Amino acid sequence: MVPNECKGGIRLALAGAALGALVPGTALAAREWNLQTPVTPIARQMYDLHTFIFWICVVIFVAVFGVMFYSIFKHRKSVGHEAHQFHENTTVEIVWTVIPFLILLFMAFPATKTILAMKDTTAPDMTVKITGYQWKWNYDYLQEGFGFYSSLATPLAQIENRAPKGENYLLEVDNPMVVPVDTKVRVLITAGDVLHAWWVPAFGVKQDAIPGFVRDSWFKAEKTGIYRGQCAELCGKEHGFMPIVVEVKSKDDYAQWVAEQKKKVAVAADDPGKVWDIKDLVAAGEKVFAGNCAACHQANGKGVPGAFPALDGSKLVAGAKAEQIALVLNGKPGTAMTPWKQLSDTDIAAVITYTRNSWGNKSGDAVQPAEIKVARQ
Amino acid sequence: MSSIVHDHAPGYGHDDHAHHPSGITRWLTTTNHKDIGTMYLWFSFAMFLVGGTMAMIIRAELFQPGLQVVEPEFFNSMTTLHGLIMVFGAIMPAAVGFANWQVPLMIGAPDMAFARMNNWSFWLLPPAAILLVTSLFVPGGAAAAGWTLYPPLTIQAGMGMDLTIFAIHILGASSIMGSINIITTILNLRAPGMTLMKMPLFVWTWLITAYLLIAVMPVLAGAVTMLLTDRHFGTSFFNAAGGGDPVLFQHVFWFFGHPEVYIIILPAFGIISQIIPAFSRKPLFGYASMVYATAGIAILSFIVWAHHMFTTGLPTAGLLFFMYATMLIAVPTGVKVFNWLATMWRGSMTFETPMLFAIGFLFLFTLGGFTGLVCAITPVDIQIQDTYYIVAHFHYVMVAGSLFAFFGGAYFWIPKWSGTMYNEKLGRIHFWSSMISFNIGFFPMHFLGLAGMPRRIPDYAQQFADWNMIASIGAFWFGASQLLFLYVMVQCARGKGEKAPAKPWEGADTLEWTLPSPIPYHTFETPPTVK
Repeated sequence: MVPNECKGGIRLALAGAALGALVPGTALAAREWNLQTPVTPIARQMYDLHTFIFWICVVIFVAVFGVMFYSIFKHRKSVGHEAHQFHENTTVEIVWTVIPFLILLFMAFPATKTILAMKDTTAPDMTVKITGYQWKWNYDYLQEGFGFYSSLATPLAQIENRAPKGENYLLEVDNPMVVPVDTKVRVLITAGDVLHAWWVPAFGVKQDAIPGFVRDSWFKAEKTGIYRGQCAELCGKEHGFMPIVVEVKSKDDYAQWVAEQKKKVAVAADDPGKVWDIKDLVAAGEKVFAGNCAACHQANGKGVPGAFPALDGSKLVAGAKAEQIALVLNGKPGTAMTPWKQLSDTDIAAVITYTRNSWGNKSGDAVQPAEIKVARQ
Repeated sequence: MSSIVHDHAPGYGHDDHAHHPSGITRWLTTTNHKDIGTMYLWFSFAMFLVGGTMAMIIRAELFQPGLQVVEPEFFNSMTTLHGLIMVFGAIMPAAVGFANWQVPLMIGAPDMAFARMNNWSFWLLPPAAILLVTSLFVPGGAAAAGWTLYPPLTIQAGMGMDLTIFAIHILGASSIMGSINIITTILNLRAPGMTLMKMPLFVWTWLITAYLLIAVMPVLAGAVTMLLTDRHFGTSFFNAAGGGDPVLFQHVFWFFGHPEVYIIILPAFGIISQIIPAFSRKPLFGYASMVYATAGIAILSFIVWAHHMFTTGLPTAGLLFFMYATMLIAVPTGVKVFNWLATMWRGSMTFETPMLFAIGFLFLFTLGGFTGLVCAITPVDIQIQDTYYIVAHFHYVMVAGSLFAFFGGAYFWIPKWSGTMYNEKLGRIHFWSSMISFNIGFFPMHFLGLAGMPRRIPDYAQQFADWNMIASIGAFWFGASQLLFLYVMVQCARGKGEKAPAKPWEGADTLEWTLPSPIPYHTFETPPTVK
């Protein structure tokens, strides 16, 4: 932290020492003044680049305003200085055009190197998909097959000043993202509603989450620990209340965490051998329908004439179970009906049962998860 | 309208009882560039107070961690309206006010080229302001998506957003009319002998600004119109589900937005280029290179827009191009700063209030320029984009830049406009009070941004507490200081103070100082000859 302190000292001097004296006796932690300590190679390059540019600017600033203040003190009427009426010199104009240009080249070189490194998302060791929602994050571990939501854990009482604020006020979540140390993690970032931005300062990653588009970035944390960030793109009223917490674990701890997560998923997952009662299937299916199908087929099953077919009174729904199962599993090429294989056997069984026994449809038969399992093969 | 034949002898004696209606009709129907300039300036100051009040609400909420003063949604409306009102309601109309007053006087023209359109471009402003302010009271509240109005958040908003869109349309129309007027005036109404390269630099900067405005205001109008049709007429310009792209809006917006930054700062450069030579008692150093640098900045401003979008995930080539182009802007801007310094060098300086504001401008604008350079470096910008560092940066260039220059311009010309000297002592107190409080208010924001505080949040983590409290104290102090400016200017307008001579500033040499103070209602009916 030595460079921090040192640089901060200069900045503080610029701001006027009086600033610091205004708030005596509070913890230094509340007065951070520099970039957070980097824990990835990219964040370190950003940090060093900032320090480098900062000092160049300080040197130029001191030189230019040294000249100005010298002039202000020496070339004033009150000390009897007479104005010299010169007003043109092509040589100096060229000099003070060319020199700044050369300084800029000097700055652009390291910056270019960092950009190239920053954008190189190739050959990751693992990939996590991150989706921003109003107002929470979703982390999807694509290769491991599990995912979870992560939202603010700070109690409302603290925000409304009814309880003392905790140490990580507004920077704590219920389920942090977990990654292994020394591993190149590629993050695929998107959003479900409006723009968000996933930002962890210590990693040097800030990437807008754009609904309908997937952007990527990467980081390789070199130290275990808990790192905190926030949504960095205005996303509505709770924008200030959707923090990001990433826990970097040792590789062993990470493997153990993954195993636990998988176990949880397995417990929560359904047993495709179970035989359901039709009433339960319809009830479960209604929820699946609302979450996946109603956007096109509409909650009343009438669809949108000309765009999305009605399920209410549909011949297909009234027909053989196997055909409807095949359609749901494989979709209908060339239409908006995409394959729904990613849903569980139980969910598909439930939603098909629901459509066959709702609105005007009265087939009276239940589709069991086992049938879906067979149909998948 | 009756036709009145004047047979006065040449001279200005009769103008003391200028022929114009009195009371409100004078101001509603006036086609006089001085009256219209005055209205622009008062309007912009009124909007400055409205936008400033919103800033005070923002800083009050951010005084301490936790929610104390306002609800988050209202907070977002405050940041949004503060930005829109300050940019479109305060700074831009103030610049047009200066242009109205000064451009005809400085080029020896009797008035603006299109006097009636001039009246119309001013009177479009109050309805737009009313739309913006009343949007606070409609169902759903005012626009709360930031002054940049990024979709899809703007698509979700209530009808306050529609009022904002219409306000922007009206303000844009007003700006375009004003620009056409200024360009025509400058190109066609110059006095004999006033060649382009003899024009005062303020006229040059406004000529270039007016071209920028004509080029980009329609782009903004297009962007907000697309928002409007996405909101109400089923289009999908910015909706991925319909084949659009939310980022398209950002490209279009910033194609307007970056030149807009120079629209705001170039007239300020012009004012500073009048003040510094006057108080250094020396001609402006490097006049020609100042003109070329201004044009260079204007041209570069069209190819740097995506530096506002480094975190959207631009391709590598895009990041590199926009970083290099943005860094290049430092060159012509540096040339301007060096030329101002060379103008001061070996002069015979005095430090009345206009000069203090000009030096304050030079000092703080350059600081804002340096942080701009820091932001231009893409990898650094990744860390500070959308943080308080950016908030600090653009307030250094817009408040300590444009606003300080406009204060300087107001003190510089008010003796000529009103015929009354301002109170020098109060003027200096206003300067020092603004200078100190501004830095207390905004300098700590650099630290906040670096340490990781995002902008546009109503509440923040504990490690940001101290600097926020200091920033709020500075902001309240800065806000209160501006009431002093109001008092000083009202005193001048009421004629309370020393009577101003025709040329109160020893080193001033532009045409307006050849006229009596207070300035007659009609001037240069016979054009002066410029040698």
